[in-house]
Amino acid sequence: MIVKQRAYEAKEALLMPALYAAQREHGWMSPEAMKSVARALDLPPATVKGFATFYDMFRKKPVGKHVIQLCTNVTCILSGSEDLLSMLSDKFGIAPNETTTDGRFSLVAMECIGACGTAPAMIVNTDFYENLTKESIFSILENYK
Amino acid sequence: MNILLKHIEYPESTELKGYCESGGYKALSKALDMKPSDIVDEVRRSGLRGRGGAGFPAGMKWTIASMDPKKPKYLICNADEGEPGTFKDKPILEKNPHLLIEGMAISAYAIGAEYGYIYLRGEYPEAKEILEKAIIDSYAAGYLGDNILGKGFKFHLFVYFGAGAYICGEETAMIESLQGKRGQPRIKPPFPVNEGFLAKPTVINNVETFANIPYLVEVGAYAYMKIGTPESPGPKLFSVSGSVNKPGVYELPMGTTLREIIYEHCGGIKDGKKLKAVIPGGVSTPIMTADTLDCPMDFVNLPKYGSMLGSGGLIVFDETADLRKVCLRITEFFEHESCGKCTPCREGVGWLSSILKRMCSGEGKPEDVELLLEISKNILGKCFCALGDGAAIVVQGFVNNFRPEMEGRAGAQA
Ligand SMILES: Cc1cc2nc3c(=O)[nH]c(=O)nc-3n(C[C@H](O)[C@H](O)[C@H](O)COP(=O)(O)O)c2cc1C
Repeated sequence: MIVKQRAYEAKEALLMPALYAAQREHGWMSPEAMKSVARALDLPPATVKGFATFYDMFRKKPVGKHVIQLCTNVTCILSGSEDLLSMLSDKFGIAPNETTTDGRFSLVAMECIGACGTAPAMIVNTDFYENLTKESIFSILENYK
Repeated sequence: MNILLKHIEYPESTELKGYCESGGYKALSKALDMKPSDIVDEVRRSGLRGRGGAGFPAGMKWTIASMDPKKPKYLICNADEGEPGTFKDKPILEKNPHLLIEGMAISAYAIGAEYGYIYLRGEYPEAKEILEKAIIDSYAAGYLGDNILGKGFKFHLFVYFGAGAYICGEETAMIESLQGKRGQPRIKPPFPVNEGFLAKPTVINNVETFANIPYLVEVGAYAYMKIGTPESPGPKLFSVSGSVNKPGVYELPMGTTLREIIYEHCGGIKDGKKLKAVIPGGVSTPIMTADTLDCPMDFVNLPKYGSMLGSGGLIVFDETADLRKVCLRITEFFEHESCGKCTPCREGVGWLSSILKRMCSGEGKPEDVELLLEISKNILGKCFCALGDGAAIVVQGFVNNFRPEMEGRAGAQA
């Protein structure tokens, strides 16, 4: 594919996509994942770690099978996302940034995800859900086994 | 007003075929028959100002970059859209990707760039797929590649997917990130137009800025300037959220009043409640009181009302909103997103949020409000970039406009 072949004219621009690929494979930014990226790009391990730990979306610890990312920025809290967050915490017995013991869900309180017009909103893995209610949020999550 | 969102009304607007059937890529073809410098001049004459927040004249940026003899030059689209309350670039990215591609191709031709990147925020995975498909289709149809439309112009375009750092929306942090570094801003000057990506001349514009280009080239600067106000010409996308009946993205002429946006387009305040306050341009613009409804929304008039146009992301608050808590939440956001490079921002914003936290939990001290003002003053203008400034002016805005409520005086109303 044209795009893929020429995608990164500058070698420097490879680190971000390489880390995404490593995270897809390893599930999180494990030491091995970072080491493999450093080896592949011929970069000092410290550079890779420094980069990976700067960006929120590179997971600093293992996560569950499904990651619930609920927005808790201004418009979403005006629309009740704090209540939703504590309901999720209660139901699954985890605080934000924790994972259920069965490994099914991780919970993340997000900064703005750009869905303020349809708040409150969340991203589960890579799927967007908007106009959440106390009822809809649980029926949506039922689909993530 | 239907220029930036025009194609969205056509079925399959994301598809190349749908885009072309509604007039797409005509401007590119026209542009490639013009001299690059004539396009730059046209953009300069139009007075188009960047839509990412700062309102810098696009034509001036393009002129400086195109006159710099260093090669190659690069073009970057800022699709990081991380400013809370802002979701105006999203309809272009998800529903009208070819408008962005066409705008970038014209711009690349004008400034002499052969490579372009779209720096897309990690929270928009859907947009990533749509953009990548649109780019592949554009290559196949000859709108991107080594010999665009057979006219000997080369431009390659790639999507670079960010990973959740708001600071990477700041242009020099974005360049650092593109170069495989932590997203920490650079000191300016040198500006990216002279030393940007890989130390080469680089033009960075917002998604919406590029989306204005095809229309501007099609009708010319003179017709373009008839939209909006003399100092802020053109159409503007406003994303409206919070306590309005019809939140969403609206395309309106620059200078449309706050009143018209809230009451005519967005159907007024939800549940018949009273308007209390508005944040006009994303959370880094100062909050305004309910008596500023006659303010025209543009780069020149908002400062007269003590705020800024910013990204055009309005957040509307009704009488029930707890503004002290909102202020805390915004400050926590900035604290979380500070890259840590400059001390006044890294430490100062953290102090602001811990003071606000104790104020919100009823443990505030009488001198806290003054302390907030003093810390804000010590952040302002003392850092590499404007992130800390955003936090400082926002806290000042809350204190200046809603002091009784910020002081926690019972039943206080501004
Ligand atoms: C902290 C910070 C965050 C920013 N975030 C964005 C953003 O998400 N999108 C954007 O277009 N501009 C953002 N900007 C503004 C950019 O630095 C830059 O001015 C803009 O991309 C230039 O494009 P324009 O002239 O077309 O507006 C941000 C600036 C700062 C200081």
